[in-house]
Amino acid sequence: MNGKNTSSPKKALAFVGNNAVPIMFIIIIAVCIPISGFSPTFLLNEIMTRLSRNAFLILSLLIPIMAGMGLNFGMTLGAMAAEIALIFATDWQIWGIPGIVLAMIISVPISALLGLACGRILNAAKGREMITSYIISFFMNGVYQLVVLYMMGSIIPIIHNNVKLPRGYGVRASVDLTRIRKSLDGVLAVNIAGVRVPLLTILIIVGMCLIIVWFRRTKLGQDMRAVGQDMEVARAAGIDVEKTRIISIVISTVLAGIGMVIYLQNMGDMATYSSHSQIGMFCIAALLVGGASVDRASIGNVFLGVILFHTMFILAPRAGAVITGNEVIGEYFRVFVSYGVITLALIMYETKKRRAKAHMGAQLELEQREEEKR
Amino acid sequence: MSEYVTDSNRTFMDRVRETLRNFGLPRLIIAAFLLLMFIIAPFTGVNLWTQITNVINRFSWNVVLVLAMVPMVHSGCGLNFGLPVGIIAGLLGATLSIEWGFSGPASFVMAILIATPFALLFGVAYGWLLNKIKGGEMMIATYVGFSVVSFFCMMWLVLPYKRPDMAWGFEGTGLRTTFPIDKYYGGVLSNLLRIQIGRLVIPTGTLLFFALLAIAIWAFLHTKTGTAMTAVGSNPTFARAAGINVDRIRMLSVIMSTWLAAVGILVYEQGFGFVQLYNAPFNMALPAVSAILIGGATASKASITNVIIGTILFQGMVTMTPTVMNGLINLDISEVLRVVVSNGMILYALTRKSEVTR
Repeated sequence: MNGKNTSSPKKALAFVGNNAVPIMFIIIIAVCIPISGFSPTFLLNEIMTRLSRNAFLILSLLIPIMAGMGLNFGMTLGAMAAEIALIFATDWQIWGIPGIVLAMIISVPISALLGLACGRILNAAKGREMITSYIISFFMNGVYQLVVLYMMGSIIPIIHNNVKLPRGYGVRASVDLTRIRKSLDGVLAVNIAGVRVPLLTILIIVGMCLIIVWFRRTKLGQDMRAVGQDMEVARAAGIDVEKTRIISIVISTVLAGIGMVIYLQNMGDMATYSSHSQIGMFCIAALLVGGASVDRASIGNVFLGVILFHTMFILAPRAGAVITGNEVIGEYFRVFVSYGVITLALIMYETKKRRAKAHMGAQLELEQREEEKR
Repeated sequence: MSEYVTDSNRTFMDRVRETLRNFGLPRLIIAAFLLLMFIIAPFTGVNLWTQITNVINRFSWNVVLVLAMVPMVHSGCGLNFGLPVGIIAGLLGATLSIEWGFSGPASFVMAILIATPFALLFGVAYGWLLNKIKGGEMMIATYVGFSVVSFFCMMWLVLPYKRPDMAWGFEGTGLRTTFPIDKYYGGVLSNLLRIQIGRLVIPTGTLLFFALLAIAIWAFLHTKTGTAMTAVGSNPTFARAAGINVDRIRMLSVIMSTWLAAVGILVYEQGFGFVQLYNAPFNMALPAVSAILIGGATASKASITNVIIGTILFQGMVTMTPTVMNGLINLDISEVLRVVVSNGMILYALTRKSEVTR
């Protein structure tokens, strides 16, 4: 990256500069752990739960970043598809592992369709994908409400009254997933030194990581990276840029849908109209905390991010309560940190882009001058 | 030959078609929808004059916030998704004015006066940042707004406000999420010179206040600096070549937008009758953005007319739909409609081809 001067203090400084966010988080956490007074076992258990709950969702963000489309705020669409799927699974009273598998299967076509629509809209808004995907998630939230609050039970059949609102149509504000709760996490759960490890969920997540590593090497994965590097060059090389971009968003949305099913089976309770609203923001913040940027993210960033971000999440309310005597402050603090981290990452990305552009301009000028001399 | 068709050769239908194209299909649908609402309203047992009063009222509360979009769009900073930055300045003005014991109309004037230095300060910082990241303004503005709002969520709890009308009684620290301001500046503008004809009530004061600001902005845009601002927005490279300091003009536009947002929230509060703190400013940017887009603005072009038409259409839709829908089919899907229409409008603007090439 900054391969010009390689003296070691400069290198160290560059390292700190490139990893400012994770380092900042490690410092915050290091300060907060003794203040909060939580036991290590409790903390490890909590972190393990949140890792298994969130990692898959965050993995869904990697592919659009690879294709140069930035942070996919449209992952919310996948989350909505998963919620619709879980409403059906609950209504048909298919519980446990079969219920989860069914929900995943139902979510895939819905996610794919939404992803397709999202991808096409984003192709019409090249260069401003992030703000557009962010607005799409709001827009689809309206459509989701229309479907779930008004069409379900009136047009789309809903059988059971514990899902339906008393007025006869629409889904209740909370869908009870008690009988699906942790049925995925419960399989092959092992206890390592007092920490409960949901082995199957972890295996699924690891499997997904391997698939992503493999995917990067396929023709399609290479195409995506080419598109992410430079759309015009990719087009000249014969890659169908539009199609590649749509595929990356479809994959991301489908993965987000499956990830949301995993997330909700761990929670065991679904807030029908709000579960998805914050999920995009928190996943993106976690990925960025792990040291990712808008144009570069790795699997390592995902795991480091989940651990650092969610440790802060666990610690903040307690630390806030101890320091100021008010637990609410800690809650506001963690929301502030989430937004702050995203803002910082976006600013860093834009300034880097501008600097690169200026650098290229200077280079061009230099070459031109050389040419004139000759 | 056909390339040289002159104005006089065009048929009437061509002109109609072109006008329609310039007007934009979504806008046309919304306008037609609103008209339909007004036509249906009397048949559903809703009093038309009450409804019109409601629409005018809502218009008068929100229009200054929409006006706050104009300077930044003009200088090419895009739609001001960072509206909450200015709103926070306004809220600081409001709470400090009340805390320091002003009441009645004086508290409104003081709120504006106190909010001004904050708006300037925030505007300078916000403008400096936006100058650093040209091209990515909208996304970063959104998140800068969110960060500021969530930071002030903590501040409202921590800052030593004491006045019992605003602070939590039992703990003595921290402000309430919502508090009424009828003792302070609630209705100071809307009750000023109020005209009442039967059921039709016109909040003349608020409308005049808006007119004053709108004329000021319009006049400003026709001064030398204002023209420079438009030049920067339409072609920064050309503007720079003409000797205009692009960064300074952009900074000025951001400061103006931020100040207008601060005043806008105060106008909103005096009409609404309550001050809303904490998470409330989160949801204020999108309605204002979509209102000005509905009014015919784009991410790079906006006029006072766009502000007025857009706010009438948007607020008209928001106010009319629930009552009419309820009266008609006893089903209130207005909230869903609002979300879909307002965000749909923003999406439409973001995906227009002419916008992308900017």
